[in-house]
Amino acid sequence: MPDTSAIVILFAAILTNNILLANFLGMCSFIACSNQINTAVGLGTAVTFVLTMTAMINYGVYYLVLEPLHLEHLQFIVFIAVIAAFVQFVEMFVERFSPKLYFALGIFLPLITVNCAILGASLFMIIRKYNFAQSVGYGFGAGLGWMLAIILMAGLQQKMRYSNVPQPFKGVAIAMIVTCVLAMAFMGFA
Amino acid sequence: MDYDYVWAILAFTGLVVLLAAWLLISEKLLVNYGQCKVDINGGEEPLVVQGGQSLLSCLYSNKIFIPSACGGKGTCGFCKVTVEAGGGPVLPTEMSYLSRKEVRSNVRLACQVKIREDVSIRIPADLLDVKMFEATVISNVALTSDINEITMKLNEPTEISQREGQYVQVQASSPDGEVFRAYSISSAVYEKNIVELIVRQIPNGIASTYLCEIEAGAKVNFTGPYGEFMLNQDPEVEIVCVAGGSGMAPCKNIIYSVYDKWPDRTIWFFFGCRTTKDVFYMDEFNKLAEKFPNLHIVYALSDELTAEEKSSWTGETGYVHLAVDKFIKGDVQRQAFLCGPPLMIDAVTKVLIEKGVKPEDVFYDEF
Repeated sequence: MPDTSAIVILFAAILTNNILLANFLGMCSFIACSNQINTAVGLGTAVTFVLTMTAMINYGVYYLVLEPLHLEHLQFIVFIAVIAAFVQFVEMFVERFSPKLYFALGIFLPLITVNCAILGASLFMIIRKYNFAQSVGYGFGAGLGWMLAIILMAGLQQKMRYSNVPQPFKGVAIAMIVTCVLAMAFMGFA
Repeated sequence: MDYDYVWAILAFTGLVVLLAAWLLISEKLLVNYGQCKVDINGGEEPLVVQGGQSLLSCLYSNKIFIPSACGGKGTCGFCKVTVEAGGGPVLPTEMSYLSRKEVRSNVRLACQVKIREDVSIRIPADLLDVKMFEATVISNVALTSDINEITMKLNEPTEISQREGQYVQVQASSPDGEVFRAYSISSAVYEKNIVELIVRQIPNGIASTYLCEIEAGAKVNFTGPYGEFMLNQDPEVEIVCVAGGSGMAPCKNIIYSVYDKWPDRTIWFFFGCRTTKDVFYMDEFNKLAEKFPNLHIVYALSDELTAEEKSSWTGETGYVHLAVDKFIKGDVQRQAFLCGPPLMIDAVTKVLIEKGVKPEDVFYDEF
């Protein structure tokens, strides 16, 4: 997809092609951590950062190592290893040099290792044959999109705490239904 | 083509080794905090420990056993210590276990505090006497269908010095690693070489199943003693003990310990359970009451009696707080120890306060 500019891909990834609401990736932490807006912002920031960085690293690994060796089929397992190692490294780095940021992000970082949105974005960028700039734009956009979705959800959850949800729907059930409505609303951007 | 898989394995292994090496090197460079000092209660000799570990694990490796049930996962909220300097900000993982007052007075969960610099902490002086014990089970007797009495002889150290109504934390293995669970000591304080526990088996409970099924001769590890129960040393003060089910343990300890020291002291002991099948130790206590006339024993059954029971049951019926309400009379200074389910504790505390017992003289242990 050489003709689309990275900026367009970035905005598409936030709105029309939202990784959470269009692809339903990264649902577990989305459901688990959407009770408070503060937490949602923290987790969203961490996801955006890691998504952008791992998209860059995985782009390098894929086109500089896997493709020349004809090992494209290893992309899944290699991407997961890269993401896990990168998250570990970021955790150590942030803890050492910015304790303040660590206390804001630190506890969310391990959660991110298992967030499928991160792996999903890396795989999409390969499938869609993005170039480097497009991959960075896509990774950043997907992260922002995920953050937007979880913040919206956290806001809705805070409202829902005061609304009269029927007993069987309380908790995850109503969260899933609201996510679906949110997803349909986002289809309006397409 | 035939070597494709060899390449794949080599490339993947190489990549993983590279990533691991990168992490190990950065860990060496980044997570090296050097030696840190841990000052406890303003003591003269602070502990010198390797930085980077949690406060809880550093205290454990220095044989200071503060209570902890989850093994440092931050899910039990027992390992509270006051960190006066060098603990960093309170983590979100701790917030649900700390009250606002505790946050203001620098109380932290030791398992969540990472040692990055010299820290100074404050822990109750009692905890410095807590030891890790190894004991051999002498007997395991079923008292009712789900409550067992387990007696253990201490091997190492051979003596325990406990206050009346304290508890130990028994170590049990679970699929997720070692866990510690608290059980009150039911043997009296003068029995220095023995620890007796009264354990109710909880379906699928890790430690309770382990203890209830344990056989004589088996080895048990526990730490202790812990607990805030503080018996008033003035023999004029009356003692009120109220127990439900396995809450018997600290009350038995208190009763035997008190009569060893003050044969004339007044104790009211109330025991609540559902049916006659749940009654235990009644004969033993009645015999004791014959010996010590100021010991008053009241057993209360909360379930409706069957026709057969009606003819033979001489105790009270109804919930145990009604029995407390009926028997506790007169304006005497009293101290109360309650041990049982939260609803029982609430109901009994209310009755006792109406009877003039000061709230600070009511000690309780909910489970």
